[in-house]
Amino acid sequence: MIEQIYSLLPPVVWDILWAMVKAVIILLGLVISAAWMIWLERRLLGLWQDRYGPNRVGLWGLGQVIADMLKIFFKEDWMPPFVDKFTFTLAPAIAMSMMLLPFCLIPITPNWGVASADLGLLFFFATAGLAVYAVMLGGWSSNSKYSLLGGLRSTAQTISYEVFMGISLMGIVVQTGTFNLREIVLWQQEHVWLIFPQFFAFLTWALAGVAVTHRTPFDLPEAESELAAGYHTEYSGMKFGMFFVGEYVGIVMVSGLTTALFFGGWEAPFGDYLPFLNTVPFLWFAIKSLFFMSSFILLRAALPRPRYDHMMSAAWKVCLPMSLLNLIGTAAVVLWLGA
Amino acid sequence: MIEPIVVGAFYVAAIVALFSTVMVVVNTHPVHALLYLVLSLLSVAMVFFTLGAPFAGVLEVIVYAGAILVLFVFVVMMLNLGKQTVDQERSWLKASGWIGPAVLAAVLLAELVLVLVVTPQNGFTPISGQTVDAKAVGVALYGPYLLAVELASTLLLAGLVAAYHLGRHQES
Repeated sequence: MIEQIYSLLPPVVWDILWAMVKAVIILLGLVISAAWMIWLERRLLGLWQDRYGPNRVGLWGLGQVIADMLKIFFKEDWMPPFVDKFTFTLAPAIAMSMMLLPFCLIPITPNWGVASADLGLLFFFATAGLAVYAVMLGGWSSNSKYSLLGGLRSTAQTISYEVFMGISLMGIVVQTGTFNLREIVLWQQEHVWLIFPQFFAFLTWALAGVAVTHRTPFDLPEAESELAAGYHTEYSGMKFGMFFVGEYVGIVMVSGLTTALFFGGWEAPFGDYLPFLNTVPFLWFAIKSLFFMSSFILLRAALPRPRYDHMMSAAWKVCLPMSLLNLIGTAAVVLWLGA
Repeated sequence: MIEPIVVGAFYVAAIVALFSTVMVVVNTHPVHALLYLVLSLLSVAMVFFTLGAPFAGVLEVIVYAGAILVLFVFVVMMLNLGKQTVDQERSWLKASGWIGPAVLAAVLLAELVLVLVVTPQNGFTPISGQTVDAKAVGVALYGPYLLAVELASTLLLAGLVAAYHLGRHQES
């Protein structure tokens, strides 16, 4: 029976179909885990602040996300009359899609992952660069002063932080000799997790990762004490929802990238000594990513927001020189060892 | 099987590039015109991809669409140009102003189409069948073109020093 169905189409078509099904499953997994991160964040913040958090809807309050989603889907899609309609609609779509796209590069298990592009990391930089337009256009098209200030802040912040984010990851490229994320993970299995040789790169990358997702303490574009809600002050309904979920998709994406770039991807810790740990690659990827996702939340619970000029000077005067020195040092070591 | 898809992608990206570039010129709204410019750069990047130069394509997106155009939009956003500018732009788009450039651009377009249509049998197909990856670009830059890289970096350094001089705090 199965053989007959299989012979209906050439094997190439089946391969393409299977790849598409995999891609859709990964996309759904990403969006669903981003949505439930909202619940996770509220519960963990509650835990750390000595209160309950949402615990009424369903088991442990897990249904809260479904209730919130239903509410936001049925909300009126209100657009203020003074906005620039085209860009106002475009901005949330950019926010969501530019955070979703880089996830296609992340190798999840040895045979799961959407794409294995040779220019993987550069593709991530390209999408991160284009993601700025979401906040910028959202802030400008809203035609209100809080939104515009939020948009301006975010643009300056993202441009500054992208510079050293790129340079910090170049150390990895020098060491592994490839932009391809799957090959970077395989390199780490052969040699060592890149967190050890690239520790300074990891420090700057972690800061930049928080900054590109606009999370506390780098959420100055939407600092509620100064700017109402920043660039999405005028948004409501599902358009606001896109910005909101897009932020969590960004967290999942950055956590996945951190796992793949610095922590060996799907490889189990001490897998060389305890080989049975390596039988569940997806579990290790999920655990590592979940750890970084939770540290995003812990960061929000623990740290206050810095002043804007402090944040900018930290980017240019501390992080940029540190990542440059890391790049030069890595290149020198690689040359010295004659790779 | 893959080649017709790539050829098709090239022509689609080229048409998008042409259309969006024309829209940059004729659009009277400054921010919308800049968005068309972003689109134009993205489609040029796509043309690079189809021509087998993915590194150039992705750099086009990172540097031009992701950094330089962001600064353009940033400045235009801060100027807060309103309805007045749109009217002014409209008054500038008189026939006497755009006919000359349009004819010249049409000549270039005709040449481009001619090259694309006429020469495939001579071996100048738009897709060379050879992919120039990041490593090839790096080897070329730090081999035969090393002097150009050094000159460009000196130029950038001069620009950096000038920007620092203009932006420093005045001691009153």
